[in-house]
Amino acid sequence: MRTKRNQRSERPDLNAGSMADIAFLLLIFFLVTTTMDTEVGILRLLPPMEKAPQPTEANGRDVYEVNINDANELSVEGIPMDIQDLRSGVKEFMTNPENSLVLPERRSVNRAICEQGIALARSRMLHASDEVSKQVHQKELSTWEHKLAVTELIGDFQELPPNAVIALRTGSRTSYAMYMNVQNELEAAVEDLREALCKEKFHREFKELNEKSSDDRPLIKAIRAVHPQRISEAEPLEVQSIR
Amino acid sequence: MSIFKRGSTKSTPPISTASLPDIIFMLLFFFMVTTVMRETELLVKITLPEASEIIRLEDKALVDYIYIGPPVDPDRGTEPLTQLNGQFARLNEINQWMDWNEARRDQKEVPFITRSRKVDKDTRMKMVIDVKQELRRSNALKINYSAEQDR
Repeated sequence: MRTKRNQRSERPDLNAGSMADIAFLLLIFFLVTTTMDTEVGILRLLPPMEKAPQPTEANGRDVYEVNINDANELSVEGIPMDIQDLRSGVKEFMTNPENSLVLPERRSVNRAICEQGIALARSRMLHASDEVSKQVHQKELSTWEHKLAVTELIGDFQELPPNAVIALRTGSRTSYAMYMNVQNELEAAVEDLREALCKEKFHREFKELNEKSSDDRPLIKAIRAVHPQRISEAEPLEVQSIR
Repeated sequence: MSIFKRGSTKSTPPISTASLPDIIFMLLFFFMVTTVMRETELLVKITLPEASEIIRLEDKALVDYIYIGPPVDPDRGTEPLTQLNGQFARLNEINQWMDWNEARRDQKEVPFITRSRKVDKDTRMKMVIDVKQELRRSNALKINYSAEQDR
């Protein structure tokens, strides 16, 4: 027994020092060949092909026309504009602080109006003669209910008309970098408005609201209802003229 | 003095490095799990435009990429081309590519697929618009304009 023990202690330990080096090599290999970069960008929802909103001349005050021509020059409502002024321009369009007649008319929404709307839609639904009109009134009812929920969260607010839209058009030779700059400014303008509203009403930052948490989701929805992001990049002019 | 020193070293054995490989292996596994291999080799040169209002896409597994930019290979000219997966594609092949991407996924995931367009910043809008119209025609409406953070 004793001899055995002696033998064991005499045998040298296997040197595991190089094991770490081997693992390091593997680690460095993986660090080099893989990527950890996350996919970032500006997320957009395109309008479906068949029912794209067509901004017409009739609702001119509700459409904010942003054009970029082939020489990468920006013009808004037909007037040349510097890209630095675009953000404040969009904000003015969306809020219309001076009740200008050339900008969309903001209608105030409060609890009483919502309840009136709900009652009206309900009675219309009851008297609806066919399925189609019933569905229309059903839709009307749900929008009023949504608005009521918003007023409960943030109080009375000014609503942007449902057909108010920012129409972005580009020439076929406009550079993509310029287009992205403009997209970014449009996004930033809406984001600024939402951020300001969120700070005022909830004393929190809009960016920090979590869409996955059930407490925050109604807040996000309410803020989005007041300042909707309506950017129509529908129907480029060339495509329209082809059809 | 020397006797004293010897005695003290004997009483504290050297720190065992046997656990070092385990630690490194742990790091290794962490990197293997969190990173992804570069799946496609780029055939087009892309310098992404910069933007400040960018959002991180949550689930990379649900993102398909469309690359648009001038080809790396000078024999193919300098006009921007579209790359889907590992090869160049014509405009009318986008539809087919989307069907293929939908078929390889779970049906429940299909409505959540985002098409991310990685477009070189010097590309002309005609190309971008054409691809966009093609996406709309095939009812792929959730898109992302890939950009790099700035400011």
